[in-house]
Amino acid sequence: MTEESVRTLVEPYILATGGLIQALRRLMNEFGYIDPEHIPVVAEVFNISKAEVRGVISFYHDFRTHLPARTRIRVCQAEACQALGARKLTQEIESHFNLKLGNMSDDRSIELDPVYCLGLCSVGPSLQVNDRLIARGSIDSIEGIGK
Amino acid sequence: MKARLSDDSVARALDSKSVEVQLRHREINTELVGSFGLHWMEPLLQISLENKEYTFSNVSDSKLAEVLQSLPPDGVPESNSSFIGPISGQKYLKNQQRLVFDRAGNVNPLALPRSETLESILSSEPETLIDAIETSGLRGRGGAGFPAHIKWRTVADTQSDQKYVVCNADEGDSGTFSDRMLMEGDPFKLIEGMVIAGYATGSSRGLIYLRSEYPVALEYLSEAIDIAYSNRWLGNEIFGSRFNFNLEIFVGAGAYICGEETSLLESLEGKRGEIRYKPPVPAIAGLFGKPTLVHNVITLASIPGIFEIGAREYAGLGVGPSTGTMPFQISGNVKRGGLIEIPFGTPVRTLVEEFGEGTLSGRPFRTVQIGGPLGAYLSEKELDTPLTYEHMEEIGAGVGHGGLVVFDDTVDLREQAEYAFEFCEIESCGKCTPCRIGSVRGKETMRQFKDGVDIRTYQLVEDLCDVMEQASLCQMGGMTPIPVRSAMKHFPEDFGRNGF
Ligand SMILES: Cc1cc2nc3c(=O)[nH]c(=O)nc-3n(C[C@H](O)[C@H](O)[C@H](O)COP(=O)(O)O)c2cc1C
Ligand code: SF4
Ligand code: FES
Repeated sequence: MTEESVRTLVEPYILATGGLIQALRRLMNEFGYIDPEHIPVVAEVFNISKAEVRGVISFYHDFRTHLPARTRIRVCQAEACQALGARKLTQEIESHFNLKLGNMSDDRSIELDPVYCLGLCSVGPSLQVNDRLIARGSIDSIEGIGK
Repeated sequence: MKARLSDDSVARALDSKSVEVQLRHREINTELVGSFGLHWMEPLLQISLENKEYTFSNVSDSKLAEVLQSLPPDGVPESNSSFIGPISGQKYLKNQQRLVFDRAGNVNPLALPRSETLESILSSEPETLIDAIETSGLRGRGGAGFPAHIKWRTVADTQSDQKYVVCNADEGDSGTFSDRMLMEGDPFKLIEGMVIAGYATGSSRGLIYLRSEYPVALEYLSEAIDIAYSNRWLGNEIFGSRFNFNLEIFVGAGAYICGEETSLLESLEGKRGEIRYKPPVPAIAGLFGKPTLVHNVITLASIPGIFEIGAREYAGLGVGPSTGTMPFQISGNVKRGGLIEIPFGTPVRTLVEEFGEGTLSGRPFRTVQIGGPLGAYLSEKELDTPLTYEHMEEIGAGVGHGGLVVFDDTVDLREQAEYAFEFCEIESCGKCTPCRIGSVRGKETMRQFKDGVDIRTYQLVEDLCDVMEQASLCQMGGMTPIPVRSAMKHFPEDFGRNGF
């Protein structure tokens, strides 16, 4: 990805409301992560320091600076899901993949992450596998994933 | 024959899309609708046939063939185990009074509703609208319960070349989903509320700050806004009036603290969502320093109903200064989780036992947390407290955004208190020390209770909570002690504290 094409991606947001955040989301959507090498380009386009761009990236959970895994499983950790066994489900999923929440497998096939409420609290515990929402989650819900 | 299938996040998470595929495959005329909020029944399928309605719950692609075979003239719907009679006959719905959610579930979320009320509002004096909001007694549904009209009048009275109406759709509290359901089930209600608020306060721009965890809401809301523009609900000279109102959606980037209004405004400006010092309040200097009316989705979506039934009528609902209806949300370990819109004043017990019908696990009830992660854990005897701002405050709790999370007797309140600190640690904006450091210390002390308690640990938590309450810049740090203290007070046995 050339510097020029990164510039083309983020330039439309210079004058938009919350433009920097929109631009960073654009990069996330395009590449699945924010390549640290793109940060100077963004800083230049928005006419702010690299530190400011990094500051915004580190503030928001959605912005990540590492390559994503093929499958990302998010397990809701919030209260309503806790009340329905989210802690136990988390442990089961962790041992199934032999991976702790917040980590990625070495082959980048699976990533486990916490999430704090998906708005499915009445039918928890909730999971999200890439874009797919799953209610009444159980260890069976992730059957076959990563195989 | 016509089918209506729910298509909100809950239905989709329960695989409604595969039912939709089947319906379309069979060339059945299918309309997608929002959810009524009877979530244990999702996906819900309503079939109209020869002027009759047949409703089926928990439909799946594998059950669909049997459901269709059970229809007249050849079948007997009652014989199908998914048949529930007409949806309107469900007591969960009959016992509600829906003003905000009157259309959700009943209508295609993208069908433009009637606009007479809105049109007549746009021809009245803005000042009379603010008076009506004052008369209605409407208070903010986002958490703090602040009287809406005070903010409206402040924005209206502050001179500026640009003013904003910002909708807070960050809905980060666990156990809350009313904003999501409204945006997915009746987005025009929100748009209408925002147009009215904009007209009354002289604001020509609206922004909806939507959390990124709500992709389905984004889908419906974006489409609804496009439709609104093409039908002169939005844009220049709305309904031929001289009022211009432009509305856009801004998607958040994953930060609970951005639900706090000043953090949200920072985020809307493209910055880190750090809390701003107040004053000035946003109504005077908000987004880009301009007067900004910030309201929760449900506050804004309550406005059309106030003008439909009349402000005085609205004020007559509820108890004392807690006027109108509130869409409560019950979830967690409960049999009948969902949305319950009723006037303020109903005891917590009614929601847990009559609507919720007790725990899903069938085990004994232990506690209910009200108002999200910064809300109190209630004891069994507090269940008789009426749900009003005032009664909740009396017991050291709050209504918050109206979420009730039920727990059975397997819950460990020490673990919940530890989580309260942990959540604060994860989501703290980091601007002030009591919250940033206090949350970490709090979590550690909660862990110490695991290895047996001593009175000093207990005293330490008390001191820590005092500091967080008194010295935090915002309610993130300031209210984290609420779940912690309520857990320790009502459930001392979980902290090894039977003895002293
Ligand atoms: C930590 C924290 C999180 C909050 N999260 C939300 C939220 O997700 N949605 C919301 O509407 N209000 C939230 N609020 C309340 C807002 O600061 C603000 O009071 C509200 O948006 C005002 O709208 P209202 O008057 O309609 O309630 C939060 C407050 C705090 C302190
Ligand atoms: S209390 Fe916490 S979230 Fe609020 S300003 Fe202080 S550090 Fe930020
Ligand atoms: S708490 Fe898990 S989805 Fe809301």
